[in-house]
Amino acid sequence: MKTIQVYDPPMCCSTGLCGNDIDPALVSFAALLTQLSQKGVKVERYNLGQQPMAFVQNPTVKALLDKEGVAALPLILLDGEIHLKGRYLTDAERVTFSRAALGESAEVAS
Amino acid sequence: MKLPLYRTDPTHTTRYLFFTGKGGVGKTSLSCATALKLAEAGRRVLLVSTDPASNLDEVLETKLANKPTSIVGVPKLDAMNINPVEAAAAYRERLIGPMRGLLPEAALRSMEEQLSGSCTVEIAAFDEFSGLIGNPETTKDYDHIIFDTAPTGHTLRLMSLAKAWDQFLDKNTSGTSCLGPLAGLEKQRAVYEGTVKTLADASATTLVLVSRPQLAALREAERTSRELRALGVSNQCLIINGIFETKCPDDVTSQAMQRRGQAALAAAKEFIGSLPSFIVPLRPINILGLDGLRVLLDGDGEPASLSERGSDWTPPDMESLEALVADIERQGSGVIMTMGKGGVGKTTVAAAIAVMLARRGHAVHLSTTDPAAHVAQTLAGQVDGLTLNKIDPAAETAAYQDEVMRAQGATMDKAGRALLEEDLRSPCTEEIAVFRAFAREVGQGTNRFVVLDTAPTGHTLLLLDASEAYNRELQRQSRSTQPEEVLRLLERLRDPAFTRILLVTLAEATPVHEAAALQEDLRRAHIEPFAWVINQSLLHSGSCDPLLQRREESEHRYLREVVEKQSTRTAWLPWQPEEPVGPDALAQLASATLHVSTL
Repeated sequence: MKTIQVYDPPMCCSTGLCGNDIDPALVSFAALLTQLSQKGVKVERYNLGQQPMAFVQNPTVKALLDKEGVAALPLILLDGEIHLKGRYLTDAERVTFSRAALGESAEVAS
Repeated sequence: MKLPLYRTDPTHTTRYLFFTGKGGVGKTSLSCATALKLAEAGRRVLLVSTDPASNLDEVLETKLANKPTSIVGVPKLDAMNINPVEAAAAYRERLIGPMRGLLPEAALRSMEEQLSGSCTVEIAAFDEFSGLIGNPETTKDYDHIIFDTAPTGHTLRLMSLAKAWDQFLDKNTSGTSCLGPLAGLEKQRAVYEGTVKTLADASATTLVLVSRPQLAALREAERTSRELRALGVSNQCLIINGIFETKCPDDVTSQAMQRRGQAALAAAKEFIGSLPSFIVPLRPINILGLDGLRVLLDGDGEPASLSERGSDWTPPDMESLEALVADIERQGSGVIMTMGKGGVGKTTVAAAIAVMLARRGHAVHLSTTDPAAHVAQTLAGQVDGLTLNKIDPAAETAAYQDEVMRAQGATMDKAGRALLEEDLRSPCTEEIAVFRAFAREVGQGTNRFVVLDTAPTGHTLLLLDASEAYNRELQRQSRSTQPEEVLRLLERLRDPAFTRILLVTLAEATPVHEAAALQEDLRRAHIEPFAWVINQSLLHSGSCDPLLQRREESEHRYLREVVEKQSTRTAWLPWQPEEPVGPDALAQLASATLHVSTL
């Protein structure tokens, strides 16, 4: 089973509901992660405001932060590879991402 | 309404006492006086203050620390200060300190800002409470532990949902704002649960609701009472502090003050009758020293003779509100915001400014978040060029909560939904919801004057700043969720030619200190307030009532603090025998001037 790692910018919370940005993408992203996790995908979510050590300990994340700063966040890794940086998934991307995370090919899923 | 005087009764006092109420109602004074009386009756008492601007040292004439310190002259009384702001800062540093040198500076700064919110402070305070209540070993030497504040319903609900934490913290798939700060706090969940249980135990804990004879304060006490009762905190009583009966029946000011108090009590009759209620007569404002505390509960209210007064400071001339308006109008358009602690009269000041500007021929839009807002309502259709808008925080918040629950709640189990729901009741949620409405209103200030009786805190503005990079990215993809008004808000607020912020305060300790804290907060966001406004001042009221004369004098200290330490410009508004309602009363209020030299 695959592993998703999400490195969020320092929000008061990992859903972003407490920030000033009421982005519905954050809400649906959190819901998607819950679903995937229920289907057995390993999900790790780190918030710079609360688990900064996780950012330092992952060389990929640390290097990107040094180079691009907090603008590189949020950062979504799939099995350690950068899947998306600097934003959350769009509606269309969520579908593709979900299949990739579940290890399904496009054909099987459709 | 005849209510008994508040008296302490050692035989019927529970082990824990929590004093709660709106700021400035006298929680510290009353909790100190209660502690003193119990200690003098032979009980061993620990008094705990959690007010960040605590003046407990001053009141008790003892230098206190964050551990129990014995009070000179009262062998059975110990006291301590817990500063939740410092506790939150310490927590922040524990988290950020080890990251220095490992993470880029910008990342550290944005972490710091995120951890400066009200949730972090609130949870840090609860953590300190729990150390004293949930762990009996620390307080076994005392018969009574008295707190000058109480955890909010929001905090208690979060704590009682502790069972659901696992899902949110350990698995890290979702998460919640207000529990976030808890992840790094040291005390154990069992301790929190024990604390919640003790609070709900009527034989162990009394919740003392403190109020003034003012409708807003009584309504807040009623809300708190209902909210905490629903959480099982059922042993409650009410103290109405500052009941005023004039000794000078011919005096307009004192008569009006007495009448106002009676009207407020009559309006809240049902609530007052629903629980054991007591009164404390109005005393001269500065209850300092052990003798002062004894006077608070025992004295017959006779103030010391006037010849004893010590202030040789004369307040300087201060501007009228009209003078500030004359300056503001030169710009032709822009935003004016009134900020300050609840109950200081932000809406009244905003309405007075709006009336003045409109009467001088400007197009003015007055926007209020005050749920009562009758001051603004009375202006509808009465002044040419003045339009009104009411932002309803409850409606804006409900719409937002609904949106989130629909989107996310569906995929969660029951415990998860309960926790998310609770999270959405946090003070932050309302802040966000009102924030957007606010940004919308500010955006209207480009071609007219917009007067607002509310403003986001510096903390919210800095959060906005921190997320700007992210916003720009979204915008590039033309799917930004932020309207243009929100994106330009900070820039507009930082422009002194566009935005004028007025800090409104009373000439009393807590309102002044809170306004000063707001000013600090704004300065962190690089926003400089335009002026301070002293509202409802009794200075030169000409009252012959000795008590009011004493209160007038006690204003000096706080006026001085504002004029000499805090503000570059200060306007002054006198206390009004009748609440200023309607355009003429507001205009008259705004034109009142204080010329000490000519009096």
